[in-house]
Amino acid sequence: MSSSQIDYSFQTKTNRTALEQGFRDGIPIGLGYFAVSFSLGIVARNAGLSPFQGFLASALCSASAGEYAGFTLIAALGTFMEIAVITFITNARYLLMSCALSQKAEPGMPLIHRLLTSFYITDELFAISIARPGYMNPYYTYGAILIASPCWAFGTAFGVIAGSLLPLRIVSAFSVALYGMFLAVIIPPARKNKVIAGLILLSFAASFCSSYLPVISDISSGTRTIILTVLISTVAAILFPRNTSEKGEHV
Amino acid sequence: MTGRIYIYIFIMAAVSFAIRVLPMTLIRKPITNQFVQSFLYYVPYVTLAVMTFPAIVEATQSPISGLLALLVGIVAAWLNVGLFKVAVSCCTVVFLAELFLI
Repeated sequence: MSSSQIDYSFQTKTNRTALEQGFRDGIPIGLGYFAVSFSLGIVARNAGLSPFQGFLASALCSASAGEYAGFTLIAALGTFMEIAVITFITNARYLLMSCALSQKAEPGMPLIHRLLTSFYITDELFAISIARPGYMNPYYTYGAILIASPCWAFGTAFGVIAGSLLPLRIVSAFSVALYGMFLAVIIPPARKNKVIAGLILLSFAASFCSSYLPVISDISSGTRTIILTVLISTVAAILFPRNTSEKGEHV
Repeated sequence: MTGRIYIYIFIMAAVSFAIRVLPMTLIRKPITNQFVQSFLYYVPYVTLAVMTFPAIVEATQSPISGLLALLVGIVAAWLNVGLFKVAVSCCTVVFLAELFLI
């Protein structure tokens, strides 16, 4: 079966294989999520959330920066309007990712698969879903969600309950797992594509500068990510437009 | 306060859901505009790069171990060893480095 024609029933071997592959690739993501959401749980506890409320927020939102900003606002007794705006801003990059993912979906992909796969767009799951060749197979994404989502939600609840149970050393080591995964997604294509390699270096530099320069560094990191992403990708799209005929290489 | 927290959580969940689901369900056709196509192609690389550095250096107890994790991660990813091994190498490097640094 070619990857451009996906049978959307679970009965096929291809889909079960995709589910298993997704689950396997989701394990390191789940481990990283557990460490990150554990510290997020500590923030949630300070905001007055119960373990169940922390679990619920993480199960429904699945957004590190978004939840962090939200919990901070809850602690400060922010208005409902404020919390809606901050959630939109900190999650706006998922809007872009969802647009990008829509291009990986087969035009005939059923609504239910579109709803379920996009419900769990996170930086990491987007990264592994988009990195697969051809049209996306939703079952691959489901496999990763099956392990990543419980880790994220239970990690938060665990963090609310058991503040500083894990040794700092372990948390510190766990915390780079996520970045390691980002690198595993962006570096291999940079070997073949010099434009991507240059963009990554430029993004590193721009991100570094913007987090230390006065005024700009006062903007929240979520908003800075949005501004830099839109700015750099726009310039790249103007200077290095993609040749539409190389469809096969579409990432 | 408990009731209020559930409203907060509901708003956060609703906004996060709408942001993620709307483009994926509304955009049904391949985008033919070359600019938009190129823009969307570059977005993930730029976003992930921006979020990796300098955040990785600030995530660890010592900035040096974070920097080592970045270098090891780049080398491992360059060698194409796969998602899991890259992540594990980064964690291991931080753990070992901090045995000496802290």
